[in-house]
Amino acid sequence: MAAVDMIERLGETILDGIFALGNFVLFLFNSITFALLPPYKPRLAIRQIRIIGADSLFLIVLIGAFTGMVLGLQGFTTLRRFGSEGALGTVVALVIVRELGPVLAALMIAARAGSAMAAELGSMQSTEQVDALTVMAINPVQYLVSPRMIAGIISFPLLTTIFDVIGIWGGWLVGCGLMGAPSGDYFNGIAAQMGSHDIALGLYKALTFGIIVMWVSCYKGYHAQRMATGVSRATTEAVVLSSVLILAADYILGALLL
Amino acid sequence: MSTETNGKTIGNAIEVRGLKRSFGRQQVLEGVDLEVPAGKIVTIVGPSGCGKTVLLKHLNLLLRPDAGSIVIDGAEVTRMRGAALDAVREKFGMLFQAGALFDSMTVFENVAFPLVEKTALGRAEIRTQVLETLGAVGLKGMEAKYPSELSGGMQKRAALARALVHRPKILMLDEPTTGLDPTRTGAIHELIRGTQKSSGLSAVMVSHDVPAVFSVSDRVAFMHLGKMRLVGTVEEVMASSDDEFKRFLAGRASGDDLENNQAGS
Repeated sequence: MAAVDMIERLGETILDGIFALGNFVLFLFNSITFALLPPYKPRLAIRQIRIIGADSLFLIVLIGAFTGMVLGLQGFTTLRRFGSEGALGTVVALVIVRELGPVLAALMIAARAGSAMAAELGSMQSTEQVDALTVMAINPVQYLVSPRMIAGIISFPLLTTIFDVIGIWGGWLVGCGLMGAPSGDYFNGIAAQMGSHDIALGLYKALTFGIIVMWVSCYKGYHAQRMATGVSRATTEAVVLSSVLILAADYILGALLL
Repeated sequence: MSTETNGKTIGNAIEVRGLKRSFGRQQVLEGVDLEVPAGKIVTIVGPSGCGKTVLLKHLNLLLRPDAGSIVIDGAEVTRMRGAALDAVREKFGMLFQAGALFDSMTVFENVAFPLVEKTALGRAEIRTQVLETLGAVGLKGMEAKYPSELSGGMQKRAALARALVHRPKILMLDEPTTGLDPTRTGAIHELIRGTQKSSGLSAVMVSHDVPAVFSVSDRVAFMHLGKMRLVGTVEEVMASSDDEFKRFLAGRASGDDLENNQAGS
């Protein structure tokens, strides 16, 4: 009965998919809940803040600078067509603070720290280190994942803000310093047009992206198949899924908080 | 043999009755019975795929059975959760097949880990206990090294130190000598026997190292196709006329094994 077989297999696939989705959501719920329950291990979270946050600083500054510089360059040449060079500061700042800052910072950290986290947890699973924690009566999600969640929630908004500042400065450097747009207008425009709701939007996005990246990377690593190819697949999938969810969330948050 | 009084068996560290477990459509454990008397070393042997490691994972509560009971130190554990489950787990020390040392920590930090996380001991006391245990497994002076800097044999000894440092009542070992050369194998076996004698703990070992492991076992349990086929003291088992066991000892796979061979054990 080939048709019945096919339906059976289809049903199995759908049920497996629903099960996996449920598992995925429960993983997020558990890792945040356990972060709030004792035993508290601030050292673990601080270590993760160093790995995810402080160690990403150089990269963020670099990407932030280049992003700002590109915006300054392209922004200036485009605005000049309309004689609106004075609006350069406003344009660069709003685009970075509302969109590019949170999104690019999150994508960079996902590529760097997210992939490393997935690989680390995946290889811990395949060498039975996670089982070792369980047998020692230590909750592995609480010990391994929750500190990373906390670190993500703290680090992402901070790194995004640094990205924003460096980016705005980069835009000024190229737009005004190199291309000759009026400096005074650049900064006055920002002061006049940027509101707290713009900054808030950027920070809400950064927070959401932080949770997404940590959630996806830890989930993929924790559930990696216990073999070498399993770990490398988990790493790739972590970065890809994080990136897709970041961009999707970017749109949703932008639409909701417009 | 365990002594029975009023129908209750006393003196067993672990008692397993009718354990059943399947993964998807595969029935891996078909009703396993096992007794680990207190203070004795029981070795589980059998061909690959018979379910030894799955059984061990039930004993250390990493897996739950579909049916059957597991009684550890007098308490039925199959339904336990939370703090009660943690209390039972704290009686175990487990040596994983590849050691499972935490690679971001030094040997000292690895061995100290159970004491740091689970006890209220002070740093000085922890240090004393860790160094003592490392000395007992022959790793004196290696505390500052990372697991990646150690040989396979040393990693296993470090992992054994971590399993023993908090003075467990029950030691579980998953193929402690697989992958080691004969001298190392002998050393590890002696270490296990020595520790067991001095601390009186009970031990369950899964091993492929047949017949070398018999010298360090009090009782042997031969598993075949998800069931215990032959259980007894080393003498009883070696004198047995069971042909599956004879074939296993001689290193010849039976027809059943070749048909039903599952990945892993």
